[in-house]
Amino acid sequence: MTRLLTPGLLLACVVAVFAACLLGSTALAPSRVLAALIGGADAGDRIVVWSIRLPRALTALCVGAALGLSGAALQGLLRNPLAEPGVLGVSATASLTATFALYYGLVAINPWALPIAAISGALVATALIALAAVRTSSVVTLILIGVGLSSLAGALMSLLMNLAPNPFSLSDMINWMLGSVANRSFDDLLFSAPFLLVGAAILFMTRRGLSALTLGDEAASGVGLNLRRQRLAVVLGAGLATGAAVALAGAIGFVGIVAPHIVRPWVQHDPARSLLPSALLAGLILVLADIGVRLMPTDNELKLGVVAALIGAPAFIWIAMQRRSIGE
Amino acid sequence: MSELIVNGLSVVRGDARLVSDVSFACRTGELVALLGPNGAGKTTLLRAALGLEAPTQGTATLGGDDTQTLSATERARRASYLPQARPLAWPSPVRDVVALGRFAHGAALGRLGDADQKAVADALSACDLSSFADRATDTLSGGELARVHFARAFAAKAPLLIADEPVAALDPKHQHRVLQLVRDFVEAGGGAIVVLHDISLAARFADRLLWLRDGALLADGSPTDTLTPERLAEVYDIDATIDGHHVHIEGAR
Repeated sequence: MTRLLTPGLLLACVVAVFAACLLGSTALAPSRVLAALIGGADAGDRIVVWSIRLPRALTALCVGAALGLSGAALQGLLRNPLAEPGVLGVSATASLTATFALYYGLVAINPWALPIAAISGALVATALIALAAVRTSSVVTLILIGVGLSSLAGALMSLLMNLAPNPFSLSDMINWMLGSVANRSFDDLLFSAPFLLVGAAILFMTRRGLSALTLGDEAASGVGLNLRRQRLAVVLGAGLATGAAVALAGAIGFVGIVAPHIVRPWVQHDPARSLLPSALLAGLILVLADIGVRLMPTDNELKLGVVAALIGAPAFIWIAMQRRSIGE
Repeated sequence: MSELIVNGLSVVRGDARLVSDVSFACRTGELVALLGPNGAGKTTLLRAALGLEAPTQGTATLGGDDTQTLSATERARRASYLPQARPLAWPSPVRDVVALGRFAHGAALGRLGDADQKAVADALSACDLSSFADRATDTLSGGELARVHFARAFAAKAPLLIADEPVAALDPKHQHRVLQLVRDFVEAGGGAIVVLHDISLAARFADRLLWLRDGALLADGSPTDTLTPERLAEVYDIDATIDGHHVHIEGAR
């Protein structure tokens, strides 16, 4: 069963992305979507699939995968199932710096400004959390620092909104805060993809170290892990991946916590083996949630981040209540 | 060539002199017990000797190389270290925790090579854990868990073993069982340094006793030579009588 986990999730992701191309305000038949995907069909179908639905679904997949991967890696590093970019304030900080770049028109000057701003925010926050993790072994302290960081980023965000020059930039910012993958193009994806891929590659390289950290910092360095290098690599990888995700979709919380939690029992609770399936599952969850958002008969389309939080936050509370530690 | 040699090691942190000019050696084929009251600097000494912490003065060599310049991997191949705090983050299966002992040999969980698998199987059977291999670690008792940590250390196949208070919080039966594991490891050609608080236990199992107080090494020798009422008074501030390897503690001074 465990061996089928990753291929199964991969297949489910492909099916979900395909389904996302079928569904929408005008449902397309599978044959028309297939034809459009391979370049046939009429121009209208091709535009709908290639310019609207496919980039949107792939954005949801990439954002989910980046958050699931970062969540799984941070949980391994901090040895804590509640660690996640959203909970630790990384997403909030990244979306603050991204909003800042939008607000001051940096993005209009250079499209790379958005991912770079989001990634800088994510890196600063992740580094701060990792620094705190070195000084305290208390899980509670770490989560509280994350809560503080989120609140601070939220307050600064409110300040920016307060000072917003016109309703248009205000609604832009709100979109950013809520998190959405609507109207994303392949260009948006291309600007974030390099950072996302580099971040993911770094996180995959830390995997053996994440397994070793199961033993605790002290014993992990005893079995031959270079702790400083490991921490630095995870911070860098998670910062890059989360920053890229926020640059694409704004702040979307809790997927990074739910996916690894579901995956863990299937991989014998090994952080290394949880990375890839967590990424795939989180991507799958967001693609499915985005399909739900599009199909829901609401006057205003619900934001993906809102739906993710509505599902994820109760799951977070449940996981926190289940938690017990071994050998402490 | 696989001995740990500590030469004039001192560790000073702020105003505190945690380790003060300590020299000793541990060779393969001997079990050394490190004794001393709480706060004597036992853990700091071991960490500095292994290169996990920078000494202020002095050197330590492991198999002939300075531990400060050894890479983490190379150090782990020469000495396995069991720290005092050993919290396990996840309810991993016993086999996986033991396999983490192979980290320095490049092992990745779930994809162990032949040499790694053999080392893990040997360590599991040496610690009498073969039937526990697939159990989750959060279902084990304290004594079983202590054996898992030793199996993890043995799986590394390093010539030296350094264990910081491995029998604290274990019942007498498991204390003996765990120290017998260390004894067997030494009989099979390994070398071990073990921090202990039970002096009788140390005298029974160890070839040599290192007596540490306030960061200074007061004596280094066989139990017969160094275990005296005067030494217990000097190191621990206790009144005691000694009968062979048995220590009867009359009270604190």
